[in-house]
Amino acid sequence: MPKTIEEINEKIRKGNAVVVNAEEIIGIAKEKGIKKTAQEVDVVTTGTFGPMCSSGAFINIGHSNPRIKLGGGRVYLDDVQTYAALAAADLFIGANALPDDDPRNRIYPGEFNFGGGHVIEKLVDGKDIRLTATAYGTDCYPRKKLETWINIKDVNEAVLFNPRNAYQNYNVAVNLSNKIIYTYMGILKPNMGNANYSTSGQLSPLFNDPYYKTIGIGIKVFLGGGIGFVAWQGTQHNPAAPRTERGVPTRGAGTLALIGDMKQMSSDWLIGTSMLGYGCTLTVGVGIPIPVLSEEMLEYTTVTDADILAPVIDYSSAYPHMETEILAEVSYAQLKSGWIVIRGKQIPTASLSSYSRAIKISNILKEWIQNGKFLLTQPVEALPGIDSGIKPKPLKERPIVE
Amino acid sequence: MIVSKKIVLHFPGRLVERPIVYHLIKDYDLEFNIMKASIIPDEEGLMVIELRGNQVNYDKGIKFLKDTGVRIQSLGQNVLRNESRCTHCGACITVCPTRAFKLDTETRLISFDDTKCIACGLCLKACPLRAMELHF
Ligand code: SF4
Ligand code: SF4
Repeated sequence: MPKTIEEINEKIRKGNAVVVNAEEIIGIAKEKGIKKTAQEVDVVTTGTFGPMCSSGAFINIGHSNPRIKLGGGRVYLDDVQTYAALAAADLFIGANALPDDDPRNRIYPGEFNFGGGHVIEKLVDGKDIRLTATAYGTDCYPRKKLETWINIKDVNEAVLFNPRNAYQNYNVAVNLSNKIIYTYMGILKPNMGNANYSTSGQLSPLFNDPYYKTIGIGIKVFLGGGIGFVAWQGTQHNPAAPRTERGVPTRGAGTLALIGDMKQMSSDWLIGTSMLGYGCTLTVGVGIPIPVLSEEMLEYTTVTDADILAPVIDYSSAYPHMETEILAEVSYAQLKSGWIVIRGKQIPTASLSSYSRAIKISNILKEWIQNGKFLLTQPVEALPGIDSGIKPKPLKERPIVE
Repeated sequence: MIVSKKIVLHFPGRLVERPIVYHLIKDYDLEFNIMKASIIPDEEGLMVIELRGNQVNYDKGIKFLKDTGVRIQSLGQNVLRNESRCTHCGACITVCPTRAFKLDTETRLISFDDTKCIACGLCLKACPLRAMELHF
């Protein structure tokens, strides 16, 4: 039975690969059994669509005449700060960047209506963006000021590079205090008035390959409506997180760094996002195909929301103070029912990531594969696994005494 | 002349525990029907009522409310969802005091029932995609 990626690709080229999404596979495997399903199905597609703060874009705007050295200067896109500390025509804009005059949380809670994530959305949407730059001027790059419209179709490169996306599991946020708080997990009402979560659960890429057996460095993925690649493990990648018997992490675990050409992406799948009282971010669409190489791989993809447990964390005190206390573990099936019960209290739940859009992503990817447009790839290198010893560390502060 | 109007009352935190509504009945002889109420300690309280009584008393009652610091809003404003921006994430569900948003557990789509909406404005800033819009 074991198949190879090359064999599956051969079927994709011929147009007869069997591709289903990570929700459909659950029912199919239940009906036909693992063995038969593993023989019949070649690829399971996953998807997720939620705010992913650690996202941004590299842009090379091309050289002006006379030349200007942006690196070391100051550059704004639609008044939003960018990171101009690379070479002359390169810059980076992070999803959380803000205009200098945004009041931030001085007017509490800050609204964060426009930031880096919104600039990225506009760029991908093909809209003109106002670039304003000041530089210090050199003999070879004499110009000190530049104001111009730029457009994604004219710049040399626009590359989405997200250092951390697609978290494998995540916290459920509640608020134990008696006042409302504004967090990156949304608005949290006092005394556990609501509970927010953010994942596509059974459809989420890394839940369907919990030990990173097929998702690895170099593989091709759906990113922002176009094609992207896994560049590296994401920052804070934590393969050592506790896991259930079937390998599903019960805490935030693996993460992915993703890269891709923004010129072929779409603003349907990269959307500027505003978290009240917290900041700007980018809602990113990611989809990853899982090749059904063996019965074992198939079993991983049959994970259901009931198998996935997430920790409930108090964001009024435990989270900000790095305390590890967990109020409860709840399953995504419970979360998605609209209510959970904690300490005897019935709490309404809400999601920050869109399951219906995640399904759409998995279906688009399915179509690409069925049409022979998207072939599967073998990782160039595996992601650090459970034996790698990799574990994110808190910052050990060492006071600077002068 | 008898008037009857639907209004939204926003109580600042300091007023939430005071018997304001009681005064409306007792001192101004107004009848009212609470349609929705949502009160969080130390936060703004919110009440949608249908207030009924003769015009003179009605005006006096409204003045009394305003003097105590209650913000009054008529139900004339319209909150709409920009369907092209809504991703159906669901972040608005628990924010809305009148439960105007509902999750369909089959399709996982979020429906918006504008007949339940009292135009309180909470979802406008709570929606991360800024899909909810206020129209006058
Ligand atoms: S929070 Fe906004 S985007 Fe999400 S479902 Fe509600 S209206 Fe739609
Ligand atoms: S404005 Fe928004 S939060 Fe307020 S009642 Fe209407 S739908 Fe609900």
